[in-house]
Amino acid sequence: MPDIHDEDSFEPHPKPGVSRLDYAGEQGMAVEQETLVERDVEKREEARSLWGDAWRDLRRRPIFLISAVLILLLVVMAVFPWAFTDADPRKADLVNDYLRRPDWGDVFGAGWFGYDAQGRSIFARVVYGARASITVGILVTAAVTVLGGLTGMVAGYFGGWIDAVLSRITDIFFGIPLLLGALVLLNAFTTRTVWSVVVALGVLGWTQIARVMRGAVLTVKQSDYVVAGRALGAGTGRLMFRHILPNAIAPVIVVATIALGGYIATEATLSFLGIGLQDPTISWGIDISSAQKVIRTAPYVLFFPAVALSITVLAFIMLGDAVRDALDPKLR
Amino acid sequence: MGSYVLRRVLQMIPVFVGTTLLIFLMVYTLPGDPVAALFGEKAADPAVVASIKHTYYLDQPLWKQYLHYMGNLFQGDFGTSFTGRPVTDIMADAFPVTIRLALLAFVFEMIAGLALGLLSGLRRGSIADTLVLVLTLVVISIPVFVLAYIAQTVFATNLGWVTPTVQDSYDLTQLALPAVVLGSLSLAYVARLTRTSIGENLRADYMRTAVAKGLPRRTIITRHLLRNSLIPVVTFLGTDLGALMGGAIVTEGIFNVQGIGNVLYRAINQKEGPTVVGIVTVLVIVYLVASLLVDLLYAVLDPRIRYA
Amino acid sequence: MSTAVDTTGREREAPYQGPLLDVRDLHVEFVTRDGVARAVNGVSYSVAAGETLAVLGESGSGKSVTAQAIMGILDMPPARIPRGEILYRGQDMLRMSKEERRRIRGRKIAMIFQDALSALNPVLSVGYQLGEMFRAHRGVSRKEAGEKAVELMDRVRIPAAKERVNDYPHQFSGGMRQRIMIAMALALEPDLIIADEPTTALDVTVQAQVMDLLAELQAEYNMGLILITHDLGVVADVADKIAVMYAGRIVETAPVHELYARPAHPYTRGLLDSIPRLDQKGQELYAIKGLPPNLLRIPAGCAFNPRCPRAQDVCRAEVPELFPVTEEDGTPLEGRGSACFFWKETLHDR
Repeated sequence: MPDIHDEDSFEPHPKPGVSRLDYAGEQGMAVEQETLVERDVEKREEARSLWGDAWRDLRRRPIFLISAVLILLLVVMAVFPWAFTDADPRKADLVNDYLRRPDWGDVFGAGWFGYDAQGRSIFARVVYGARASITVGILVTAAVTVLGGLTGMVAGYFGGWIDAVLSRITDIFFGIPLLLGALVLLNAFTTRTVWSVVVALGVLGWTQIARVMRGAVLTVKQSDYVVAGRALGAGTGRLMFRHILPNAIAPVIVVATIALGGYIATEATLSFLGIGLQDPTISWGIDISSAQKVIRTAPYVLFFPAVALSITVLAFIMLGDAVRDALDPKLR
Repeated sequence: MGSYVLRRVLQMIPVFVGTTLLIFLMVYTLPGDPVAALFGEKAADPAVVASIKHTYYLDQPLWKQYLHYMGNLFQGDFGTSFTGRPVTDIMADAFPVTIRLALLAFVFEMIAGLALGLLSGLRRGSIADTLVLVLTLVVISIPVFVLAYIAQTVFATNLGWVTPTVQDSYDLTQLALPAVVLGSLSLAYVARLTRTSIGENLRADYMRTAVAKGLPRRTIITRHLLRNSLIPVVTFLGTDLGALMGGAIVTEGIFNVQGIGNVLYRAINQKEGPTVVGIVTVLVIVYLVASLLVDLLYAVLDPRIRYA
Repeated sequence: MSTAVDTTGREREAPYQGPLLDVRDLHVEFVTRDGVARAVNGVSYSVAAGETLAVLGESGSGKSVTAQAIMGILDMPPARIPRGEILYRGQDMLRMSKEERRRIRGRKIAMIFQDALSALNPVLSVGYQLGEMFRAHRGVSRKEAGEKAVELMDRVRIPAAKERVNDYPHQFSGGMRQRIMIAMALALEPDLIIADEPTTALDVTVQAQVMDLLAELQAEYNMGLILITHDLGVVADVADKIAVMYAGRIVETAPVHELYARPAHPYTRGLLDSIPRLDQKGQELYAIKGLPPNLLRIPAGCAFNPRCPRAQDVCRAEVPELFPVTEEDGTPLEGRGSACFFWKETLHDR
């Protein structure tokens, strides 16, 4: 099934477009050029690469700043959860009546978000649950980017029968819906850890990146500088990694960032279905699943992990959006 | 154009074989003995187990099993589940329900998604645009199961507008809420895709020409802008129907819809190989056919592809 | 406006004595996030029926923006027109309603763009786009519009028009596409055509063909033509008079041959000198030093002063207006003007 998390994969062709709304006709180009020339004269050493411009653009965008701060917070929470609370997420203190509502005064304490059905501190579980989500998200994304990226690059660069074979293989894996495939695979594991989930998602998720990379490489391959490089005698490896890759990687980065959010959501879904992570691993998905039973009387048991999960996914998607806008030459 | 179609169909064949083989492998080679699982906690009599395995060809080499399965497939026989029911019967019960659900979700996502996308694409930078962007972002970020719960709690339990679970799947009002939840993610993508596409096309040179020709605004928007902008959206929608069917597992679970999502989930847990393979095979076929149709549709909509 | 139909069936306006198009002191600005860019700073020119005005200038000179302002196709934020008048047959278009302006566009004043491949809608057939003019402005039926489309394609000499009327823009060559653009502009027999760099994207031989076609059609329909270009070579055959633009102002006007023979502005002189010539073999090519100015910060005084070999203090202090150019003995030279304090020296400097 197509992964609908990537709206870009449905773009047919890059469309020619002059940015009429910002500048009209050739006058706009002159303004851009002259402004750039002025800046160049003022700061001679400044590198005007796509990345330099993109970074400068990103720094100004509120969406990027917000998402970056959120992600930083989450990563710190994942690595140093004890810094956020003293409470023990696994301590099932049945003395704590789970119907006891959150104690807003107990800031950063065990009772701040209340207790779940087993008497465990919800706040502590929210904090410690970040680790599983972030870890799965980052590892899966890293794996699929490398695996899919290499496949796509090789397929796009060499073309011919190599491309035909690799593309068919990509299509075959693409045909299996991610959730369904992960369900089947994870059923084989009796104990499921973070690594189990990473493997299951990685094995099935690389196709999306492969397609994007292949498309980008096909476009870049035709550029003049690549043809020039080849004419100057550059070897395959050099061409691929020094010339094509840096220019093809932009859309891959955008898709990967957004996909990261998707993988976090998928892990939570799998855990929710009972087929993902298990105790003693702490995951928001598991918590949401067990909160189903008490949702009528104690909705906050579901609320907090759900909000934490949503904000995490949101942060990565916002980041991906901001990066896409910054890297898009047409929106300059 | 004819050769294009032929080429695409030929490409589909290895993909079909490959995907079904992959599923087959995933289901049957992974650890876990399904037959023993049938007996639950009780110790299984080895003779009985062996005889069951023989009936299901599980004692044959894998490739033979696969060929046998594919052979039957082309005769319309999807095999029998370990509980004795023909898989085709199981599917015939469950598929129509999911199809109804998916269609409802599809119609919803198409109408609402296009409307929102148009609104925000034509009025870029306005409050409406920002609202649509924020709303779609939120919907994309909240995982489906959370959304399903919120919807169920708010609309069914608290407000009482609809039943919390689906009793009768022929009753469209009961299917309405799960359909909305199922379609919500896709709706967000449709809206955003429409918005982006309109945004890009508004800046295109041919739009400037259309204005310079003195055409009335309505003609420019319908005949020029939309005709171009909707191409990527239509192709997305084309493949989404299949995606909806495959992704309904969670929604069907929460709203208790007796569709293939539910059946599939239980079958996977119980290691019901034939059922799993059967359903996924059908889903794969649906997806392949849908993507072929979408490619053809795309060629119809964009003449540059036709004569390339 | 009242229209009557004459014996040939064409719409004929009530006769008007002045020029077809009269642009007066037009100013166009763009509000950008870096400031206000002054793209057009007091441009005035006029075109009469049957006359060809060439507007010459580099990128950033404001020539296209002026044209788009005339057509009324600028995005009004960020663009704005703080001052000026654009008179079509004596009526200021800037004061007309949107609907009135729309009725003039395409019907009375038409525009041809530079890149026909991107200027034509890629998913609609050429016949449809041509026929659209008739259906939108004159309400003809689809069948009749189709027939008219074939007629138009014949008129601009596209071979096998009848068979190709349902083809798409990408199926034609560059020159053919430009002819289609011309056909689209001429469809309703407008009074005035504005051609914005119509041949820049074409090969030299095709350029000549397209320019010839344009000239022929202009003569036949007695249309006014504004030809916007940066290519001095294209202009020589076709234009009656030339306006040279720099940094949003007109720096020189002259009848075509006068301009080439005796330029009266250092910028024009620089442009002419930088054309490579066969008898210059082995010598260094001349180029005007420096770059066109940033429209956000146009230099004080005469905008050309940083690059001008003749610049004096007065050039940096005051903005020269368009002075009428005369012979040494003072006889006025018709249609000539120069925005330079030292036009006399430039004119008589051989």
